[in-house]
Amino acid sequence: MAYSEKVVDHFNNPRNMGSFKKDEEGIGTGMVGAPECGDVMKLQIKVQNDMIVDAKFKTFGCGSAIASSSLATEWLKGKTIQEAQKIKNTDIVQELNLPPVKIHCSVLAEDAIKAALADYQKKADGPATDAK
Amino acid sequence: MKLPIFLDNHSTNPMDPRVLETMLPYFVEKFGNAASRNHAFGWAAEEAVENARKQIAKLIKADPKEIVFTSGGTESDNLAIKGVLEMYGEKGTHIITSSTEHRAVLDTVKALEGKGKATVTYLPVDKFGMVNPEDVRNAITEKTILISVMLANNEIGTINPVKEIGKIAKEKGVLFHCDATQAVGKIPVDVQEMGIDLMAFTAHKLYGPKGIGALYVRKKNPRVRIIAQMDGGGHERGMRSGTLPVPLIVGFGKACELCEQEMVQETARLIAMRDRLEASIMKALEETYLNGHPTSRLPGNLNISFAYVEGESLLMGMKDIALSSGSACTSATLEPSYVLRALGVGTELAHSSIRFGLGRFNTDDEIDYTIKKVIEIVTKLREMSPLYEMAKEGVDLKSVQWAAH
Repeated sequence: MAYSEKVVDHFNNPRNMGSFKKDEEGIGTGMVGAPECGDVMKLQIKVQNDMIVDAKFKTFGCGSAIASSSLATEWLKGKTIQEAQKIKNTDIVQELNLPPVKIHCSVLAEDAIKAALADYQKKADGPATDAK
Repeated sequence: MKLPIFLDNHSTNPMDPRVLETMLPYFVEKFGNAASRNHAFGWAAEEAVENARKQIAKLIKADPKEIVFTSGGTESDNLAIKGVLEMYGEKGTHIITSSTEHRAVLDTVKALEGKGKATVTYLPVDKFGMVNPEDVRNAITEKTILISVMLANNEIGTINPVKEIGKIAKEKGVLFHCDATQAVGKIPVDVQEMGIDLMAFTAHKLYGPKGIGALYVRKKNPRVRIIAQMDGGGHERGMRSGTLPVPLIVGFGKACELCEQEMVQETARLIAMRDRLEASIMKALEETYLNGHPTSRLPGNLNISFAYVEGESLLMGMKDIALSSGSACTSATLEPSYVLRALGVGTELAHSSIRFGLGRFNTDDEIDYTIKKVIEIVTKLREMSPLYEMAKEGVDLKSVQWAAH
């Protein structure tokens, strides 16, 4: 199978690979997938004043899964929480030119984004409830 | 050293230039039909075919009359299994095979099973991928007409105790078919000593041309008969009709002759290179696991799982080395290797497996390069792997509730 140039580029030069400390303030962590299925994605966002100022990923999976998560971190940076919610797996498919058998990689990336956002929201809402 | 490097010698072998040289005259000058009995063109072709038949038979210690030419391993497996079932179907329709056979055998018996023409027992294998001969014995019933167990496995290289299985087959009066596609030309094969009644093998896995293979069909003790699956001119003693591809057969013969002459030196060289590759990788990288048998294994085979990294991404990171992976992402079915699963290798480690297949034309320089590349890419991808990170933090990955998708 031939990979698109963009997939190869993200695979060879992954953007924003790494981790934030989970309990740091403003960090949302999303972990999706399962080792038995051959892919696990961890996506993290760092939020300040509703703005995603940084993002990081780590992925166990095929080249397309790595590229999808690398691209997701690029897109997340500089977006507001609301804007980030709108990222769709089809956008990733289009940008990376993923073939049909690799569409699940983009779905996983969208799930990871959603999970990271939800985790951030949960943490942000938590202390507010406590303060009452 | 030239890139890319070919380390996928279980899929096919490059043809030996000496084989090509032997074939060339049989395309334009000596183009005759080996079945033409009345003129010199036919005689020349027939002579060439019979010479090749001798070279091939000699490699497996058979009689030349026991060699039936086919298009390759898959056709030979089909002919053996379907041909025996149709011939001896009145006696019974039970077939015994193993769970790690090549798809050419598994899909053939499954198709027969699906049509209600046969009942099939799929024997398990041990953790090294080996069939237990006693399991074969215990599976035999009055209705059993065929045992089909491979000689060496195409993914993990494990060599089965075929001689013991052959002995049991003989004792019980059941025919024994052996898919020896990966083994012939690579390890000594003796159909007498191994008690094999039918055996499939192919030229392109022993440095010969693609498109030609053979089925060994025993003529004595017992005389095995099969029903042809291709009707026509009655070639190959009625077992496989179709004009013989003389150049391919000549190449097949020469390739077998070379394997026979060079096997001892070639095996020693391959084992030395393979063992160095194995030791260097496993010493440099933690949590790497050998799949297959540690000793009863094809000389050119090495199959390793690299925990926490996925196979297809490994291949992508080494695109100047031709390799194969048991990862689902490299298969059409999106299921990881059924062979590794049958050994009891966990799904996650099956996804992380790489098969190295060394052959006649690989060099020490290529192995050095491969060692360096493997260590580099596994290290890089582990840095990128959330599983590796969790394992390093002391998280037991088995205790994690994964959201399966």
